[in-house]
Amino acid sequence: MRVNLTTAAALIVRRELLLGFRRPDQLLQPLMFFLIVTTLFPLALSPQLSLLRDMAPGVLWVAALLSSLLSIDALFKGDADDGTLEQLVLSGIPLGVIVIAKTLAHWLISGAALVVVSPLVGMALGMPIAAFGTMMLSLALGTLTLSWLGAIGAGLTVGLRRGSMLLSLIVLPLASPLLIFGASATDRAMTGSASGGALYLLAALCVLTSTLAPLAIAAALRITLE
Amino acid sequence: MNSAPKGLAADQVHLWRGDRHILNGVSLGVAPGEMLQVSGPNGAGKTTLLRVLCGLIRPEQGAVTWRGQSIRHDPLAYQADMAYASHEPALKADLTALENLRFAVGLKVRISEVELCAALDRLGVADCAQLPARVLSAGQRRRVSMARILAMRASLWLLDEPFANLDARGSDVLLQLLDEHLSGGGLALVVAHHDIRLRTAASHLELAA
Repeated sequence: MRVNLTTAAALIVRRELLLGFRRPDQLLQPLMFFLIVTTLFPLALSPQLSLLRDMAPGVLWVAALLSSLLSIDALFKGDADDGTLEQLVLSGIPLGVIVIAKTLAHWLISGAALVVVSPLVGMALGMPIAAFGTMMLSLALGTLTLSWLGAIGAGLTVGLRRGSMLLSLIVLPLASPLLIFGASATDRAMTGSASGGALYLLAALCVLTSTLAPLAIAAALRITLE
Repeated sequence: MNSAPKGLAADQVHLWRGDRHILNGVSLGVAPGEMLQVSGPNGAGKTTLLRVLCGLIRPEQGAVTWRGQSIRHDPLAYQADMAYASHEPALKADLTALENLRFAVGLKVRISEVELCAALDRLGVADCAQLPARVLSAGQRRRVSMARILAMRASLWLLDEPFANLDARGSDVLLQLLDEHLSGGGLALVVAHHDIRLRTAASHLELAA
């Protein structure tokens, strides 16, 4: 009896989460990177709160972008190296469903975790607490979009020996709209002006990548496995 | 060779990799209850042939058919009928043997933990069920990967050097499983270097270098 798609997707998400928690170093690394990079700015520039506050949205978003890239590299690499990717591709489940489940699970342990610790960074950079809601919402939308974009790059580079450099070259230009709208939403929330426009644009990008990226990722993986 | 409308057939399959003509017009047919052993020197394209047959690689010329239909026609239905064991055992090192089976087999068929444990037991690795695959020996990993094939209950087995790393006892169990699979109407295509001594007669395909 064939397995239905929801059961299969849930099984893959459970597999990814289990693997993530078995290797806490991979889980914590991007998070620590995010925290450390954001604390480097006050050290390098000046600990003056007004200056930090002005830069906070940019610092936060650049750090989030880089930390997302750091972890997405491993999305398919581990499975490709030990041969389980072939088993997944031949499992009789549409490849699109598999990559959706894998990417969402990856976002849960990287992006969502980053959103949860972001108020800590916000406080360290002197952001007003009133802006935290918008900041977290924009980061949630942004990191999810980044996971989709990064997964396309990871799918394309999984067969290459030194793919991670290429991965950044593929993903970073695509991610620049996110950086612009994300930082602008956070900035506007801090100054108390309406941030709805930027948030809607982020949400639109998120919907666009959520719907189209799985097709691109699946196609990329098929090519890589040939 | 004749086409086998009820089974697996390949017709004049050609594949190039750069300048190398890896598969040069390979034709084969396997009918239910039959086993085809593929052998040949290293680099003859045995693994490539298997990857073409399971649909991972698209041949540049020729067609692979399953039950009379191209495997490209409904790849998901074909995959549901087929179990492929690559040369590497394809186990996640951080998951236990049982978890590996649960996640790999669970995508293909609805299966209970008891059945998974029974498959591990059949291959003689029931005591490894709760051990992470990382600590298993190469032979034990091979046994777990064969337990996965067994638990998938697929009618077509595509096995790439399944006897590698297995001790005499493990090989016997695998031969027994192959015999049972074939007598139940299953099909198997096995890449192996030595002769496989089955009760049922097996046909043989030799790939040239």
